[in-house]
Amino acid sequence: MSQKTLTHLQRLEAESIHILREVVAEAENPVMLYSVGKDSAVMLHLAKKAFYPSPPPFPLMHVDTTWKFRDMYALRDKAAKAAGMELIVHQNPEAKANGINPFDHGSLHTDMWKTEGLKQALDKHGFDVAFGGARRDEEKSRAKERVFSFRSANHRWDPKNQRPELWRLYNAKKSKGESVRVFPISNWTELDIWQYIHLEGIEIVPLYFSAPRPTVERDGLILMVDDDRFPLREGEEPVMRSVRFRTLGCYPLTGAVESEAQTLQEVIQEMLLTTTSERQGRAIDHDQAASMEKKKQEGYF
Amino acid sequence: MTKNDPIYKTDALIAQDIDAYLEAHQHKTMLRFITCGSVDDGKSTLIGRLLYDSKMIFEDQLAALEADSKRVGTQGQEIDFALLVDGLAAEREQGITIDVAYRFFATEKRKFIVADTPGHEQYTRNMVTGASTADLAVILIDARKGVLTQTRRHSYLVHLLGIRNIVLAVNKMDLVGYDHSVFDEIVAEYRAFAQSIGIAEFTPIPISGFKGDNITGPSANTPWYDGPSLLPHLEAVEVDGTADQERPFRMPVQWVNRPNLDFRGFAGLIASGTVRPGDSVRVLPSGKTSKIARIVSLEGDRDIAVAGESVTLTLRDEIDCSRGQVIVAAQEPLEVADQFEATIVWMDENELLPGRAYWLKIGTQTVSATVAQPKYEVNVNTQEHLATKTLDLNAIGVANITTDREIPFASYAENRDLGGFILIDKLTNQTAAAGMINFALRRAQNIHWQATDIGREHHANMKHQKPAVLWLTGLSGSGKSTVANIVEKKLARMNRHTFLLDGDNVRHGLNKDLGFTEADRVENIRRVGEVAKLMTDAGLIVITAFISPFRAEREMVRSMMQPGEFIEIFIDTPLEVAEARDVKGLYAKARSGQLKNFTGIDSPYEAPETPEIRIDTTTMDAEEAADLIIARLIP
Repeated sequence: MSQKTLTHLQRLEAESIHILREVVAEAENPVMLYSVGKDSAVMLHLAKKAFYPSPPPFPLMHVDTTWKFRDMYALRDKAAKAAGMELIVHQNPEAKANGINPFDHGSLHTDMWKTEGLKQALDKHGFDVAFGGARRDEEKSRAKERVFSFRSANHRWDPKNQRPELWRLYNAKKSKGESVRVFPISNWTELDIWQYIHLEGIEIVPLYFSAPRPTVERDGLILMVDDDRFPLREGEEPVMRSVRFRTLGCYPLTGAVESEAQTLQEVIQEMLLTTTSERQGRAIDHDQAASMEKKKQEGYF
Repeated sequence: MTKNDPIYKTDALIAQDIDAYLEAHQHKTMLRFITCGSVDDGKSTLIGRLLYDSKMIFEDQLAALEADSKRVGTQGQEIDFALLVDGLAAEREQGITIDVAYRFFATEKRKFIVADTPGHEQYTRNMVTGASTADLAVILIDARKGVLTQTRRHSYLVHLLGIRNIVLAVNKMDLVGYDHSVFDEIVAEYRAFAQSIGIAEFTPIPISGFKGDNITGPSANTPWYDGPSLLPHLEAVEVDGTADQERPFRMPVQWVNRPNLDFRGFAGLIASGTVRPGDSVRVLPSGKTSKIARIVSLEGDRDIAVAGESVTLTLRDEIDCSRGQVIVAAQEPLEVADQFEATIVWMDENELLPGRAYWLKIGTQTVSATVAQPKYEVNVNTQEHLATKTLDLNAIGVANITTDREIPFASYAENRDLGGFILIDKLTNQTAAAGMINFALRRAQNIHWQATDIGREHHANMKHQKPAVLWLTGLSGSGKSTVANIVEKKLARMNRHTFLLDGDNVRHGLNKDLGFTEADRVENIRRVGEVAKLMTDAGLIVITAFISPFRAEREMVRSMMQPGEFIEIFIDTPLEVAEARDVKGLYAKARSGQLKNFTGIDSPYEAPETPEIRIDTTTMDAEEAADLIIARLIP
């Protein structure tokens, strides 16, 4: 009998597909949250594999802040179409009406557009399970996150009241009003994600690759001036720098790194030789110690 | 790279030839392991060290770590690696970890997933959870303390969960002067214990997580040790995956893929064996056979798939096959049974209630199951067997389980996916327990239902009536017995054959061995349900008057009966009213503390949500209530 030793990527892929299918088999109305980043790209690719030849039997949903990079919007629409999936875009009408933006409103921006926006969107469509692309290696508080993470009716996460997960058995039963966030790529690391993108030829936003881009340096971050809504401060002048992004979010909150890596191989190479961790480019984490955990309890993904 | 280079060193290939590096790294394997030990054993320090030595710590994290070490660390001015792995804010303040955390690192050869579990009272539950997915366990011992009670506990749990690769890491060797004899004594003592509980092999390694001895390579401090260092051992140890492939083919069906009428694919993760188009397969429990037509994937059809892969299969014949069923090699089918002996680890704050129905999830199937009173509980520290009536949080015991239908299974020792299960509380939906099937009970297969020539219909026809169970539930003093009695009298006048089972009366005989604990109340109702069922088989109209406070048991009795035969009647009397009546003086006793577990006072009553009949005794007298019930029974 021929033997075949599964590689780590094959084992991770099998596990993620198993999780995706388990949700579809047990949930009433699942949705996949799609942020257009590389993790979302991998998650979407896994969903296509899991349900082939059917299209993934749930919609994609983007909780939009209206402040994403333009390249992200372009890929979002293209990817949903290619997968044959319905795309739901939700923008918090309250945040919109109040003109909430990252320049004037600080952490209220994330709170209103993302945290509140997500809750609104889930309630509005009555989704009982939402797939998310979070990974356990991203941040210390996520190391203990379950694959099936239960939220109360008001979307709060109680770290002390999560269910034990044994073997490949996920208990998806929920009480009325409860919802579940499911993280199919929990056990992937950043390197796994990049290797898989490379191996499978998955399309990602060009912002991950280096190119000359108009930027300003502000509060220790290199920020890209992606459109004319970016208010320049006294003396600030956009400078063309060869930069790329290690993570993608709202463009005024996402720090770029100076880089010459123009191909996937070069990006991976740079990542392996790099000395700072992935989330450092996000302003959101620097607020306070254990900030991510706090945000999560409040319902931020 | 020469043999003596540290394995964790960043590969020069990354800088020189990234393509070659990627090619090499796409063929890495994966090892999942669990570290067992308490805070004092230096467990977090060891994991922090592995992350640090395998270059998984970035500069910004290191800077934060150095700052944290000075602020809250326990190592003076030195780096406290433990801080790297203690995640949640609350537990950092308390200085303990409270859950299972998963850490990741990789070397040139392998990706590692470490399940890190804490060492306090929740230990059993967390360790069992972490061990359930582990290929290997690292059992940490403090060299200064030797084999402790907790070492025995960890080893027992690791063995219970079927982990065959065990590393005995004798830590803090620096604190015993790297003394060879200390190491040897600990290993000898551990070996004697390990053999006594059935652990055949283990790999002892003398280490210091704090100083880094024998972690990535041989330490100059232990020249007397010529075995492997920890990381090289973790890289080299054989993973079970290939052994799984040699076993017969089994795949629990997860989801049926039906994009159109012409395609029906069966999606699942292969639990064991290999599969190729043309293989003969059998679907269990139905037993129908067919052949594999295709192994379908996004990249095109495949020639072979193996254990551990998620696949989509199609069959040559249109046979019934749905989620929960198992596709197996036709010539080597699985056993199918509905009664098992299992080892159960209780994980819920609410103790096991023998006789109550729980959801049992095994593979991709969820069925209803009841657990009998445990045969014994195991003391995890001493492995002694203790008599018990139930299982509390973190207790481990052996008990018989009965499922409401036959399920295909393997013993846990043979296959984790087909022999491991969880129990889910039907009311709270919490995962109440983890279980491992030891074997099927022969009586399930050997005691068949004896078909009798005079069946239940015949009995009923002779009495010219339709059998039914009028199940009256409500608080003590609500008026159940009074109403039940009038109903029976009225039915007797109508020449109906009835039997009234009264709560107090059965406790004088059939159930006189039972008390009023939750567990006994469950058993009380189960027995009454079985008796009522026999009586309906005999064609009788059964009237019961039991408080029957728990929804789960009333639902259990309902599920025993033929559809439509169970009529739940809620005698709805507010607690104040029932207490004011207090015909038997019981409320007064309960209020004064002389009577324990009294429903409505210190034991809950779960009112029916959708009873067939609701009697509001504040607006209706007993006669009217009886008339209402009879009108419903005989329209």
